[in-house]
Amino acid sequence: MATEFHNLQELRHSASLETKVFIQRDYTEGTVCRFQTKFPSELDNRIERTLLEETVKTLNSYYVEAEKIGGQSYLEGCLACATAYIIFLCMETRYEKVLRKISGYIQEQNEKIYAPRGLLLTDPIERGMRVVSFTVLSVQLEISIFEDQGSGTSSPSSSSMSSTGSAR
Amino acid sequence: MHLGVSESMRECEYSQISTRSSTPMETPYKKRTSRKRKWESFPGRSKFYCDGRIMMARQTGVFCLTLVLILVTSGLFFTFDCPFLALQLTTAIPVIGGVLFLFVLGTLLRTSFSDPGVLPRATPDEAADLERQIDVANGSTGYRPPPRTKEVVINGQTVKLKYCFTCKIFRPPRASHCSLCDNCVERFDHHCPWVGNCVGRRNYRFFYMFILSLSFLTIFIFAFVITHIILRSHRNGFLNALKDSPASVLEVVVCFFSVWSIVGLSGFHTYLISSNQTTNEDIKGSWSSKRGKDNYNPYSHGNIFTNCCSALCGPLPPSLIDRRGFIQSDTLQLAPPTNGITMYGATQSQQSHMVSETGSESVTKTSAFRAPNSFCRLPPPLSSSSRPVNQSF
Repeated sequence: MATEFHNLQELRHSASLETKVFIQRDYTEGTVCRFQTKFPSELDNRIERTLLEETVKTLNSYYVEAEKIGGQSYLEGCLACATAYIIFLCMETRYEKVLRKISGYIQEQNEKIYAPRGLLLTDPIERGMRVVSFTVLSVQLEISIFEDQGSGTSSPSSSSMSSTGSAR
Repeated sequence: MHLGVSESMRECEYSQISTRSSTPMETPYKKRTSRKRKWESFPGRSKFYCDGRIMMARQTGVFCLTLVLILVTSGLFFTFDCPFLALQLTTAIPVIGGVLFLFVLGTLLRTSFSDPGVLPRATPDEAADLERQIDVANGSTGYRPPPRTKEVVINGQTVKLKYCFTCKIFRPPRASHCSLCDNCVERFDHHCPWVGNCVGRRNYRFFYMFILSLSFLTIFIFAFVITHIILRSHRNGFLNALKDSPASVLEVVVCFFSVWSIVGLSGFHTYLISSNQTTNEDIKGSWSSKRGKDNYNPYSHGNIFTNCCSALCGPLPPSLIDRRGFIQSDTLQLAPPTNGITMYGATQSQQSHMVSETGSESVTKTSAFRAPNSFCRLPPPLSSSSRPVNQSF
């Protein structure tokens, strides 16, 4: 029993092999949403620099488009003010439209570039626009231990393990 | 321990111990009867109504007073003064008054019920990553590490970004932590008890429209109630006029005392908008020239018109906290072992959304690895859905 308990600890430790790499926000241009294009060293042998920088630059350009103060945003703002902001209940704002485009882009990037390299890019909106997070995928071990309680025999408990490669 | 347990276990039934759930006797195939929404395990002190659609501060008494004052004064105006004025002068008066009143109410409710721009708290993975970076930057950690700040240059001006110990993030520029709501809010202006909510990036324009339209409404009611009394007193004398419409006296008193503060506040916020500052920055004198010759506001666009347009007609960012989304409660959760070994920052959460449920658990469990300074803040209360982690083998 003690040996099995010890194995369980080890298995639990090895089951959490996934690591996350975060790219933080870049505030040098003010409060506009922008992420640092600096390449994180943890991803050195996982992905080419240019690909990752390209992704981050495209994301930044999408956010610039969403937060642009120009003709269309003024029109939207004035119309909303004139209707006492009731129009926001029915209409989708430009920002939300761009966010939908961004999530489509991220999905496409994951399918084409990141999943084949064992990475998963998470949409920043799910992290409160704080970080762009990359999850390094790994093999996950699922452990089920069946404890023999009522048989009265002295046989040790049997354990079954299944390994799954999962995207978490 | 084992001998004693094995004897009593002979009477028990065969049961599967699964590491997927934190209670050993729970079968993994048990279906959840109800899914929880994220607002139900929100870590701050905000209150939610209508199943997460409405978000307000904890104390809403003063907001009710605001609502009552506006409704009662306007109601009295429409009931007692408008009929006389519509007949004597023009029907445009109640129409304009009605439009103003509806606009005031709409913007007030928008300000009070919407998310001011709350920043969601960091997931345990992010918090651990940041702590690692800070420890590396600080070198060897003494007992008390220095306060955590990051400097960034924005438009030629050096701005200090502070680390929030409650939310475990470096606050973006212009963000601040509201102690009443216990949330970090983007572009934090102030916490307004009169609207029962913080005023921040997402509801500042509604707040400004509210005080502006309320100033117009107050002046409008004040002016026309005075007109009403004057017209009546031409006919019947002053005292009789007051006797005939006593409600007007109440309206005049309320409006007289409100007009100074509300018009003054509108003027103040007009100044803030035109210089693109927040109340917080103005009070602290962050961009005042008194601080230094080269001190200027790096966020200002240069001219008043652009500043006003960007504050009032700029794009409205969506809420970052996704209050009505469902917590992903059926993902793999590793139950921490009972002998005290904790894994640094490790949770098997698929998405950060569910961390709001388990995050509170893992925060307290990894406390042994946190820098001593972070013990200053109390850990967030465990959500009701988190289960006790006692296991017995």
